[in-house]
Order: sequence, then structure tokens, then C-alpha cells
Amino acid sequence: MALLEVLDLTVEFPGRRGILRALDKVSFNIEAGEILGVVGESGAGKSLTGAAIVGLLERPGRIAGGQVRFDGQRIDNLPPEPMRRLRGRRIGMIFQDPLTTLNPLYTIGRQLTETMQTHARLSDAEARTKAIGWLDRVGIPAAAHRIDAYPHEFSGGQRQRVVIALALCADPVLVIADEPTTALDVSIQAQIITLLKDLTRDHGTAVMLVTHDMGVIAETADRVAVMYAGRIAEIGPVAAVIRHPAHPYSDGLMASIPSLEHRVDRLRQIDGAMPRLDAIPNGCRFNPRCPRVFDRCRQEQPELLDAGATRAACWLHAHD
Amino acid sequence: MPAQPEPPVGCMPMTKVQVLEAVAVSHYFDVSRPFLQRVFTREPRRMLRAVDDVSFAIAPGTTFALVGESGCGKSTIARLAVGLYAATDGDILFENQPLSSARAQPALRRRMNMIFQDPYASLNPRWRVTDIVAEPIRAFKLATGSADIQARVGALLAQVGLTPRDGEKYPHEFSGGQRQRISIARALASEPDFLVCDEPTSALDVSVQAQILNLMRDLQQRLGLTYLFISHNLAVVRHMADRLGVMYLGRIVEQGPAEAIFRAPRHPYTRLLLDAIPDLEQVGRARTPVGGELPSPIAPPPGCAFHPRCPLANARCRVEKPAHTTAGDVQVACHAVEEGRDA
Repeated sequence: MALLEVLDLTVEFPGRRGILRALDKVSFNIEAGEILGVVGESGAGKSLTGAAIVGLLERPGRIAGGQVRFDGQRIDNLPPEPMRRLRGRRIGMIFQDPLTTLNPLYTIGRQLTETMQTHARLSDAEARTKAIGWLDRVGIPAAAHRIDAYPHEFSGGQRQRVVIALALCADPVLVIADEPTTALDVSIQAQIITLLKDLTRDHGTAVMLVTHDMGVIAETADRVAVMYAGRIAEIGPVAAVIRHPAHPYSDGLMASIPSLEHRVDRLRQIDGAMPRLDAIPNGCRFNPRCPRVFDRCRQEQPELLDAGATRAACWLHAHD
Repeated sequence: MPAQPEPPVGCMPMTKVQVLEAVAVSHYFDVSRPFLQRVFTREPRRMLRAVDDVSFAIAPGTTFALVGESGCGKSTIARLAVGLYAATDGDILFENQPLSSARAQPALRRRMNMIFQDPYASLNPRWRVTDIVAEPIRAFKLATGSADIQARVGALLAQVGLTPRDGEKYPHEFSGGQRQRISIARALASEPDFLVCDEPTSALDVSVQAQILNLMRDLQQRLGLTYLFISHNLAVVRHMADRLGVMYLGRIVEQGPAEAIFRAPRHPYTRLLLDAIPDLEQVGRARTPVGGELPSPIAPPPGCAFHPRCPLANARCRVEKPAHTTAGDVQVACHAVEEGRDA
């Protein structure tokens, strides 16, 4: 049994002109100790998937169908209070902007010890020792001294490390990291990626890594899900999706990324843009932009089909 | 395109007219506390050296790219290059004329323009696209009569892949990529030869980024444009640049033909940057990241500003600022490279 099972997850936003379906039957699993990357362009629904799993959908968004199972137990219908206890204790979260996660009025030591004491019986002294240990582990220099500093006294990269310490200090078994390195410079990003990988390796923590940066996924994730307009277009082992993408969208996405290794005259581009939620085309959502479109794509919506090493929602891989 | 050899610092190029030339340019920001507080606390003035003794030249029809992490001074150079800031020290020449006097002549001012990073903030939300694109045409009186102006705006929109009918709409009706196309149309409206592009694609998704980068290269070939291209993304820079300058804390630490630098980076910082970037072709790579963070530009480390993070630093690096040494086509400011300790 997988640690996290997401089955046909559907999220809807009631709007003035009818209901907008932002996530449509999204299904995937995450095993213990595994890093699943989730990529896609802005508006594809990748952050929304993370938020829906931990019950942090912003109103009026709501889960309109499907299930989320965590460790065998359904969590999509949990009341707010048990959900809140689950978050932070067994599911940690890292968001893009460390300044909105940290409370500017409390020292980081207080925020860390409070988090740990909420979820475990610890004396103040024990909690403080553990907090210093965590700051040390995430690479904050002179942790014993810096624990009494306020968030504004840290640099951007250090703050993000504090956020990671905060997400991990209650020993969660699953971490949902939403663009954890996007606001950081590349050299700091490299440090954070290494840190995340080390921590999953040492603690067996599972990570759902949401990012738009395919390079970060390539280096970090075991498997990757490519999202397009609220659905998973392709999911599979990271090397297979990058080297032999089976869905024309993942293929176009990989080819549009400029490479450091060699220079091409023209980047391959996908013309057009992702459809808005109120103008989703019939059939496959990618069909108006797809270079390999045929009749069936305009009429029927494909589910995930076996496509060699990966699974792709594309009629090219139908064998019936 | 053939790369132009760099003229030695401080000597005027006599043979070939460079489109833009920076000669030992510095720009300081005064970040002191208010006067009265300084008097009471006996604090000296504090200067932030955003750009420190930077020299480069851009040949016609080529792209010079500046790359570096946040706070390295690349956007300050972009603003210096179009005259939005005046240099504290040194000279910026536009076709051999000092920029300040070039800016004073509308005929020359028309020939430089800028594309900004954020296509959401750089277009006036209350103006129709037609008016946004027509503004430079009106300002420089490149066309008179509304029919004439409309025809030009239509042609410009078509040139960037939009339709003339899109001119009727307001910016909010467009996606990020389309807005950036509008910004490019506006920048081209004054018929410039020189464009400063400050992170033109960093707010866009990758598939849209590919569209905009392809468009910019097409336009360069068709119109013979010269670009100063600013980006933090080395892969984008590799795709666009003929020549490249790598910046760290206000200084260019390495510059030369882009191909040469990507093939064989010399400066330890360039190597660090290239190594830090996650690349599609290195699935599951294990790495040893370089520790440390960017120091504050208000109080940069003495000697070589990179020495606290540099694996090759020695006693000389801690006290003496390295000068630019030429190694082949590439100029590097590094004691280790100069002494041959970098092998």
C-alpha cells in the first residue's frame, strides 16, 4: 500500500458563470521514501493538488469528488481539527515564500519549539536542544547562537532553510514542498536541493515536490507527474519522462527548455497557451496545440494509458 | 555572428564603432541613514557599490549578455545603459558619443529602448494596446495622422505575432507571453537599433519563454538589432548570447565569447554557477554544493569579493583585488587563474 493515494481527485470553484473545474480526476500514489515531482505551467493545478491533499483549499474551492488516502486512512473528509493535527505532525509543508510561513514577531527558536511541543511531549529544554539540532542539520551556522534571532535577521536562503527545519522538526512521513527553491538564487537552490535529498534518504520521508523547474525535478525526483490544465498528462520515472516523453505535451515542454550543454538555432515552441478553465476544449485538453492531433482527440478525453516506461493520457497510446 | 575583440580598457576604439561601450563604469547608491541621525550617532556615509569599475563593448547586431545572482548589479547596468541612471564614475558611450549627450538628441534617443521583466507591471492597464504601442511613434513624431499611426501599430503587432485587431483590447485581456509581445512591439515602435532586455522571460512559463526567445532572435536577424540581455538563467543566456559577462557583487569577473566561457569556464564563480544549475541531462545527479551566500554589497569582503566562497582562495585573494587578465579571448579577474593555480 502506498503512503499517499490520490484517486480521481476533483476540485471545483463555483463562479458567477457556472462551476469551474480546476482539478479533474487526478490520480497518483507516493510511496514511503519516494520523491514525486509535479511539474506544469502556471495554472495547471499543481499547487492546488498539494493544497487539496492537506485540506488547505481556499474558499470557495472545494473537493467535489475522489479520495485522498494517507497511510490507508481517508483524509479528504476529515473535520478541520483532526486535519490540523495531521498537518504539521505527520505531513509537513514547505511553501515558496519563507516570509509568509514564518511569523515575523517570534524568534525562530520559539516557532520551532512551539511546533515540536504541539505535536510531542517535550520539556522546554529538550525542545530547545532539538531545535538547535535541526537548525544545525539544515546548515544554519552557529545554530545555538542564532536560535534566538528573528526571521528578518536571516538571509533569504537561510530563511528557507529555517522553513524546512520547521516542516521537518515534527518528523513527518510526508512533506509537500511547493516551489521550495523558486525564490532563491541558483547556488542557494543547489544547497536546498541537496539538503532535501539528504533528509529523505536519512529519514525515509516521502516528498511531493511541486515546481515549474524541470531541472530541479530532474535532479531531485524519482518519479514525475506532468500536469496540464487540471489533469495529469503523463506520469512515470523521471529519466523516462525527460528522455522519452510519451505525451506530446511533455515532449514539447522538454524541448522548449534551453539547454546548457548545447546551443540550438531555434528552440522548439508549443504555439498558443494553456486554455482557461472556462474554455476547456472538448476531447483531449491539449488537442488545439498538439502537433500530432487526430479525430479521436477532438471527441474523447483520454485517461492515463500505458506508454512504455510511463503512463500518458494520450490516444497515441491506445491499443484497442 | 563573429565576436568582436574587446578593446583594451581605457583606450578608444578607432576602427569599429561599438553600439554601446562602458568604460570603467561605477554606480554607487547612497544608503546612509538620514543626515541628523548620522550626526547624532557619528556614523559616516554608507555607499552601496552596485556597479564597480565595469567595462564592456557591444558590437552592432550582436547580443551581449550579463548574468549573475540577485544583487550582483546587472539590472543597474541595464538602467545605466539606457540613461535611466547616470554613472557615478566612468563613461558610457553610445556610438562613440557620451550617453548623456546622445540622450539629449531625440534622433539618438529614439534608437535605444528597453524591455522590462514584468509584463504585468510595465503596461498601463488603462490604455488600449494601440495607444501603448503608438506612444513612442507619437513622442518621436515618426508618423502623423491617425491612419498612418494605426497602420504602423498594426504592422508592429503583426511583427511580434499578434493581430492588428488585438490593438483594440486592454492589457488584462492577454496572457503573460502575449503581454511580453506587446512590450516588444512598443520597444520596436521607435525603430531602435539597440534594445536593453532586463530578464524579459523570467516571469514566463518555459513553453512561452521559448516563443519569446525565438521571436527575439528572429527580430534580431531581420532588423539587425543589438541586444544587451540581462538574465539570471544561464541556459537562456547560452541560447541568446554572442558575448557574455558574468557578474559578482558589482564586478564583471569573467567576460568573453559565450561559447568559450560555456566550453571552458575559468573563474571559480562561473564554474560554481554552471555547476549549480540543475540540468535536464543530469538526471539524479549527486553533487557537492558550494556553501556560503552572497555577501552584502554594502560591506563586500576585502580583496577579491568572491574569496569567502572560493575553493582556490589564498592569502593574496583576501587582500588584493584582482585585475582583469586576458586568457585567450576571455578576460578573467582572478588571482588563481593569473597564477595558473586553477588547473
